[in-house]
Amino acid sequence: MEYIARVEVSLKPGHSDPEGETTKNSLKELNYPVRDVRVSKVYLIRLEASSVEEAESLVDEMCRRLLANPVKDDYKFKVEEKP
Amino acid sequence: MKKEDVRVCILRVGGTNCDVETKRAFTELGVRAKVYHINQVLKQRVLQNSEALVIPGGFSYGDYVRAGAILAKGLLAKLGKDLERFIDEGKPVLGICNGFQVLVEAGLLPGFNGMGSHPEAALATNIPVGYRCRWVYLRHENRGNCVFTSKVSRGAVLKIPIAHAEGRFIFPRDKERRYLEKLYENDQLVFRYCDEDGEYAEGRYPINPNGSFHDIAGICSPTGTIFGLMPHPERAYYGWQLPDWTRMGSPPTYGDGRLIFESMVDYVVKSF
Repeated sequence: MEYIARVEVSLKPGHSDPEGETTKNSLKELNYPVRDVRVSKVYLIRLEASSVEEAESLVDEMCRRLLANPVKDDYKFKVEEKP
Repeated sequence: MKKEDVRVCILRVGGTNCDVETKRAFTELGVRAKVYHINQVLKQRVLQNSEALVIPGGFSYGDYVRAGAILAKGLLAKLGKDLERFIDEGKPVLGICNGFQVLVEAGLLPGFNGMGSHPEAALATNIPVGYRCRWVYLRHENRGNCVFTSKVSRGAVLKIPIAHAEGRFIFPRDKERRYLEKLYENDQLVFRYCDEDGEYAEGRYPINPNGSFHDIAGICSPTGTIFGLMPHPERAYYGWQLPDWTRMGSPPTYGDGRLIFESMVDYVVKSF
């Protein structure tokens, strides 16, 4: 079966986000009433697995092994069967 | 062993771009340095026939995912066993800039619990944000554990350039103090950003160029045989690489970066 995972990797709360900070300042300069900006990275992964559970466990492993650095990143994901 | 028999493996992948300068630094010291692609290292079992490994600067795999992350995981997956043996034998591993990012992402630095697959630190986006390429001052902090700085006296101030966008060394926030204490206990702290007179930056920009925790610019493993630093010693090897050498009455023949390569070679010659 083919599944699609949408993985979002973001900085842990409390960790400085210089990219978000710079974006926030830029948006404020454009006169938008912006209070805060945090930048995340999204991966759309198509993968083979025999069940949703297996796909989820594989994606979780991918996050732990490569996509997120546990020192500074949080991750969340959603796995769906490919329509 | 004899200097001319020392074999240095300089690892490259797509995006590595400081391999040639690094090779020249070692060649100048009279050792045999060669640049190998990671697949070549794997097929020809280069690590078994080398006494030192260097992961040079650059943007391995385009810095995708996170700087150094892809090469770090690739190294562990493809060369994990060979690398473990290499490290256990006490052979030195040097990571410069992107190489430092690789060693941190691979869990080899700070490596409090030996070789682990999970990072205990990170090299995060610079604060202020941006790619920064200029000369900085480094204060040598090591008390004798690090084999890469045996030729540098404690408290000495070195002038070496940086060139990176992700060099802010951080620990997990809840473990910051404890890990810093460990660095001191194990004598793993090697370089801190400072001013010309050796005063610590204490986080102040631009002396600390990237917002690094505790002004950390370079650390080594508890064994002292794995060393990573954000500055580029190969770009401060010759006196004529100094930014102001034409204005000096008599410019030095060599820059401060040479001391790191010299110390590393000296260690290999004495140990193997």
